[in-house]
Amino acid sequence: MSVELDVFVGNTTIMDKEVYQLWLNGYTVNDAVKVRIEGGVMEECEASAEVLLSDTMDQFRTFQMCERLLQNPAKLANQLLFQIPPDRQAMLIERYYAFDDAFVREVLGKKLSKGTKKDLDDVSAKTGITLKSCRRQFDNFKRVFKVVEELKGPLVENIKQHFLLPDQLARDYAAIVFFANNRFETGKKKLQYLTFQDFAFCAGQLINYWTVGAVDNMVEDMDVDLDKEFLQDLKDLKILITDKDLLDQHKSLVCVALRGKTKVFNEMEANFKNLSRGLVNIAAKLTNTKDVRDFFIDLVEKFIEPCKSDKWTSTDVNLYLTHYTNSAHILDTFKHQTVWTRYMGVIKSCILRMYHE
Amino acid sequence: MPGKLKAKIVAGRHLPVMDRASDLTDAFVEVKFGNTTFKTDVYPKSLNPQWNSEWFKFEVDDEDLQDEPLQITVLDHDTYSANDAIGKVYIDIDPLLSSEAATVISGWFPIYDTIHGIRGEINVLVKVDLFNDLNRFRQSSCGVKFFCTTSIPRCYRAVMVHGFVEELVVNEDPEYQWIDRIRTPRASNEARQRLISLMSGELQRKIGLKVLEMGGNAVVGYLQCFDLEGESGLVVRAIGTACTLDKISNTYAPASAINPCNSSPSKDTKDSPQAVPSALGCRSTHSSPVHSASSRLSQGFSVSVPTLLFAGMKHRHRSSEGPRARQCRAGFGEEAPGVPLSSGPPTPLRAQTFSSFSPSKSYSRQSSSSDTELSLTPKTARICLSPSSPTLQSKSSPIPTTKALRSTTPPPLHVSQSDTAMLRKSVSFSEDLLLAASGMGSGGSAGKEAGPLKALLRQQTQSALEQREFPFFTLTSFPAGFLLHVGGVVSARSVKLLDRIHNPALGNTRSYKLLDWNSFTADEPETRDAWWEEIRQEIKSHAKALGCHAVVGYSESTSICEEVCILSASGTAAVLSSRFMQDGALDMDHRLSRQQAPVFTSGTEKGEGDMGSSASLGFEDLAPPGCGFCHIPYDELNMPFPAQLTYCHCCRRFKVPDVLFTTIDLPTEANVTGKGCLIQARLCRTKKKAQGEGNATAISNLLPFLEYELHTQLMNKLKLRSMNALFGLRIQISIGENMLLGLASATGVYLTPLPSPGGIQIAGKTPSDITYEQHISNMQKKINDTIAKNKELYEVNPPKLFTLDPEAFRCINTELVEEVIGSPIPEPRQRSRLFRSHSESSDEVSELDLSHGKKDAFVLEIDDTDAVEDIHSLLTDAPTPPGFYSCNTEIMPGIYNWTSALQMFTSVRVFRLSNVNLTNQGLNKVFNDLCENLLKSLYFKLRSMVPCCLCHLNFTVAVPEDELIQVAVTAVAMSFDKEQTLENGRQSCDKTLMKAITENEEQLQFPLELTAESSSNPLSSAKGLSEVSGALPSARVSSLEKASPLPEGRSRSLRSNRSYAGGSVAVVKMTPLSFIPGTKIIKYLGIINMFFIRETTSLREEGGVSGFLHSFIAEVFAMVRAHVAALGGNAVVSYSMKECVFMENPNKNQAQCLINVSGDAVIFVRESELEATPPQPQSASTQTSSSGEGT
Repeated sequence: MSVELDVFVGNTTIMDKEVYQLWLNGYTVNDAVKVRIEGGVMEECEASAEVLLSDTMDQFRTFQMCERLLQNPAKLANQLLFQIPPDRQAMLIERYYAFDDAFVREVLGKKLSKGTKKDLDDVSAKTGITLKSCRRQFDNFKRVFKVVEELKGPLVENIKQHFLLPDQLARDYAAIVFFANNRFETGKKKLQYLTFQDFAFCAGQLINYWTVGAVDNMVEDMDVDLDKEFLQDLKDLKILITDKDLLDQHKSLVCVALRGKTKVFNEMEANFKNLSRGLVNIAAKLTNTKDVRDFFIDLVEKFIEPCKSDKWTSTDVNLYLTHYTNSAHILDTFKHQTVWTRYMGVIKSCILRMYHE
Repeated sequence: MPGKLKAKIVAGRHLPVMDRASDLTDAFVEVKFGNTTFKTDVYPKSLNPQWNSEWFKFEVDDEDLQDEPLQITVLDHDTYSANDAIGKVYIDIDPLLSSEAATVISGWFPIYDTIHGIRGEINVLVKVDLFNDLNRFRQSSCGVKFFCTTSIPRCYRAVMVHGFVEELVVNEDPEYQWIDRIRTPRASNEARQRLISLMSGELQRKIGLKVLEMGGNAVVGYLQCFDLEGESGLVVRAIGTACTLDKISNTYAPASAINPCNSSPSKDTKDSPQAVPSALGCRSTHSSPVHSASSRLSQGFSVSVPTLLFAGMKHRHRSSEGPRARQCRAGFGEEAPGVPLSSGPPTPLRAQTFSSFSPSKSYSRQSSSSDTELSLTPKTARICLSPSSPTLQSKSSPIPTTKALRSTTPPPLHVSQSDTAMLRKSVSFSEDLLLAASGMGSGGSAGKEAGPLKALLRQQTQSALEQREFPFFTLTSFPAGFLLHVGGVVSARSVKLLDRIHNPALGNTRSYKLLDWNSFTADEPETRDAWWEEIRQEIKSHAKALGCHAVVGYSESTSICEEVCILSASGTAAVLSSRFMQDGALDMDHRLSRQQAPVFTSGTEKGEGDMGSSASLGFEDLAPPGCGFCHIPYDELNMPFPAQLTYCHCCRRFKVPDVLFTTIDLPTEANVTGKGCLIQARLCRTKKKAQGEGNATAISNLLPFLEYELHTQLMNKLKLRSMNALFGLRIQISIGENMLLGLASATGVYLTPLPSPGGIQIAGKTPSDITYEQHISNMQKKINDTIAKNKELYEVNPPKLFTLDPEAFRCINTELVEEVIGSPIPEPRQRSRLFRSHSESSDEVSELDLSHGKKDAFVLEIDDTDAVEDIHSLLTDAPTPPGFYSCNTEIMPGIYNWTSALQMFTSVRVFRLSNVNLTNQGLNKVFNDLCENLLKSLYFKLRSMVPCCLCHLNFTVAVPEDELIQVAVTAVAMSFDKEQTLENGRQSCDKTLMKAITENEEQLQFPLELTAESSSNPLSSAKGLSEVSGALPSARVSSLEKASPLPEGRSRSLRSNRSYAGGSVAVVKMTPLSFIPGTKIIKYLGIINMFFIRETTSLREEGGVSGFLHSFIAEVFAMVRAHVAALGGNAVVSYSMKECVFMENPNKNQAQCLINVSGDAVIFVRESELEATPPQPQSASTQTSSSGEGT
């Protein structure tokens, strides 16, 4: 004896947030029921396990039917099949596109290809997130990527508009798309300490200042590709380290400015040339795609790690970078002020964000 | 009125990808009406095509306009192969044909494919230009409004209630045609959908014609059903109540609307001989055609319900009865229905209608049939249900003749005589009776003579009603003052064999084009009509036996399994006021003049003469509105069945039964104590598999037991909840190959005028055994506890509630009331003593006491396992979780402060019985658990709406296959404001009144002088209340009309603003009720009646049976909403799912489902938007319109 068929359809589609989350997390119906029982719904509502099972199955089915629409959120608003109040729609979409930080750290910067998708079981095993959930998140990344790839206009705006996501989530997706497109290396051991939000912040900086969109806002891919001309121009910064005079001059300016203001002055003074070479070399190499990928690892190796080993505080770093940037403007023979500002502005905020004490 | 139908295809969106190569679609659209087809251009390579076509114009007959749907097919153009269909949209243009409904259909419709479901949407614009054409031979009935709502629609007023209309059309089912073997499933499904759409259209048109002929302009309580008889065909039938309605907000509409289309056609038909041979001329004399009784074998069966009197089986042979009936009729010749109205010269046959109402006649007929025909193969048993109450009385007469019934009526309390013949067990309740078909004997008629007032009344209304062949009303709630008395439930069932009758006709006469039922000469189509007619006669005679001349809350249904079909009809016997009825002799001019002056004219000014007025003065005036309907309509000295009568606890002047069962909604004016609750009796009986006649006989044999047990269960559960009346009783019997299912649902309430029910006592058979006694006393204790708990839960009888009784103000003076408050349970003695001081008839008082004493004697005897089971099931019925209430009627007594939060839902479960060898008990338990679990699931699902009430819980059971039980529920959950429900009796009493008043106002839109009146004088306010929807005195009406000129066309402006922020889809509310709390319905846009088929050949891929059905139901909702939105509406009221036939074949990965839904599309506006303060007539209208914009 068994229940062969069991459906419940409301004129207004009934969805329980909690069950939705369980579904999103990729639980099976039975696991979800267990979680719900532990959560105490039964006592609250005098329900039996049977009732809970029926309800869970029913909602899972509803979500599954909605999934097609959620993959194209704009459709959700003007489809006729489910009558869902607008605030609910927003909730559904937002949660569907939400992702786990642990997951995104694994995939960030990887090519959103079938190959990567195949490796998701490893990711799942590593992060403890169900494979189903991993796939959903991965597919979301890929879907957003595919859609915005071909669109003109600002990345974040496009994402907001096409996927009806709230601002913060749209920014995160912009970062994911940006990372995926430029294939930034984020998985190395040295980068493990960085959170997704660190990278998302950096991505925001790069998008805002280093892409084509920063200068021209109606180009395809404007926010996804770095500004090639700018990258070319960065080569000119090499003069700061190749010209011995300039390097010394720069160093003395910074030392003058910092003397007495920091406890790590000596280390700074000793390391100045190394640090400066590191930063300028990063800039100079960015025309190579390969080096673009290593951008974050370079920052860590060439700058953050040396500072760390000398026990700089964030304030020290901030102070140093501020004066390092500003002093260059005073150098008479240094002609590339605009490029320098554009470059160092981003570098500074990225480093500060990445500099965890 | 031929017309020009214009359609424009604007755009499509979300189309499916039809071309894999490009991932796009080259879509175009075919628009078809009748035999004319237009095409749009191909819009290449797009999933969101913009056709923006020209206006396609169809010049058509209005007959076609009514019958045919506009058929829109979206296709994908393919250069090399055949074009692929994407899907279709059928648009019923009927709403455009009535001047008062919608004027344009415009909006996005889901494109539906029977295999793939919804595939994108299409934006369509449809208009109709109707020409006025006074063609006297016309067969169309444009302009007649149809409402599913079983009460007078909210923004209308009933000028006249004409009576019963029915019609049915048959055809061959395309699914069973030879051609079906070579066509695709899609083609079959579409053929079927289209055919049913056509048949519904035709049916509606024909019913419309009858209405016009009767002088009405609307059908209320329109109930359309399909019988999928399989091989033997497809029957689409409908019943309804013809009315003349007046729009409250528009003074001019009625006259103009009614005159041209209503009155003239009927006149035309009358004078024109040509009309006679036409389809319509033939059948419709009055509301219901008279058919000659043809001789046919039928298996019928009738039981009267509460007291099950059951006559065993009779073989009814129509032919033998026919002549007798006709003879009887002759005497009544003068009353022949509708003589003045009848169109065309009556044919001889027609003159001999069966509508003979005289009780003696029908009884004699029945009794003779039982006598003489018993010896024949037992084919018919009849059950007539009358609402009665639950005293189990075992009858000692061993032989199942019904005649024995009346004679043995031991005092109701004892149960103990063990009866030998199980059949003989009859339950007799106190006031309702049940009449066994033969049981009434001549005594029934004798009884009528008593009680001069009543008799008078009866005769008088009868004069109006007897003119009708079937004085039936599908309405379940009535304009106040219309319903005078309620007798009880009457029902009849009949078991028929389908193939026998059908087969001969099948071979040659039928083609698969639509058959015109009326012009069809073969006797086959007549069969179905005759079947129903027979049942209706049965019902009518039951009603008669209950001293009633009308049946209200009437409905019909069927259950089909293979070739066996059970036809069921049930209703509530009632005495109606003649106020809204037109007597048959009225001629056209009279009627016309009345319509032009839409005032309530009824009884007094009409031909009924003095009877009419005397009725109102004699009876109604004395009966306070709150309890009048409970007073017995039959004669107490000569009751047809044993019943306990007591004096009405409200007015103390008239007798009331101790239990009342009805199929109607709780009258708004009813005095109710506490809250109500859903009561269900569930029963499952195994049956041997059998074929043909053997099967039919087996089923006939089982039915009475089923009916009896259902009734007992209902009674027990009612007692357990300390209630004394059932409303909305619906008993459904479903047949399967190897079992019968019975499900009775009703809403139990405590009617203040009725005596308080006694408890339940358990008696054991072997008192000597001590452990057994202990067991018994344990059970007794449990039962007593449950009763006490229920009393609390439903607030039945908390002392203060007694003051609820408005009659208290009237009949008992204030000190008395206080006294009563003191005692928790109104103690009969005390009250009667009080009463005595006011009443002259002290004898009767002592009688009253006596009966009270007896009342406690409801005893359950545990003499067998069955009884133990019964008691167990009593106790295992889980109470609703806190915060939940449930009922199957429209309104829940005791809850008035609804919020506007509502959630309509449909839930379906199919249960597989894996163990084939289940016993009856096992089956019962399974079935019971299935229903209980379903309810529990609903409560859980809807827990976020607490406190809330599930209203109009409508269960439908079916046995789709051998071991499957299917239960489908449609209901609405409505939240209410908890605060106020906790208020104590006194306040809630006031509130009730106030609320009722405001509701009243809401309905009227404006309070007018009602408010003033009511505040000063509770009684008159109560009366005023009851005037609600229909019966406003003319003075009020006219002021109303002046006061509320809702600009027509305003509704248009509503549309643009309807959509919510964020989305482009308008919200459409759906509810099975006739209203939406907190809102006012300002316009009815037309009836929604849709039939869909969905099939899949990839069941697993669609998520199995649940996934498949889930998406189908969601799709049906979506299509209903889209149609409503396109009509400019924002809600569907009186929504119901009539049919949900689900078939699966998991082995082939296939499933098919048919769903039929209906409802009324409306525009509502929120009251809060209307105005925050009580409206002043003048300002109100302006506010209304301005707030309308915001909706």
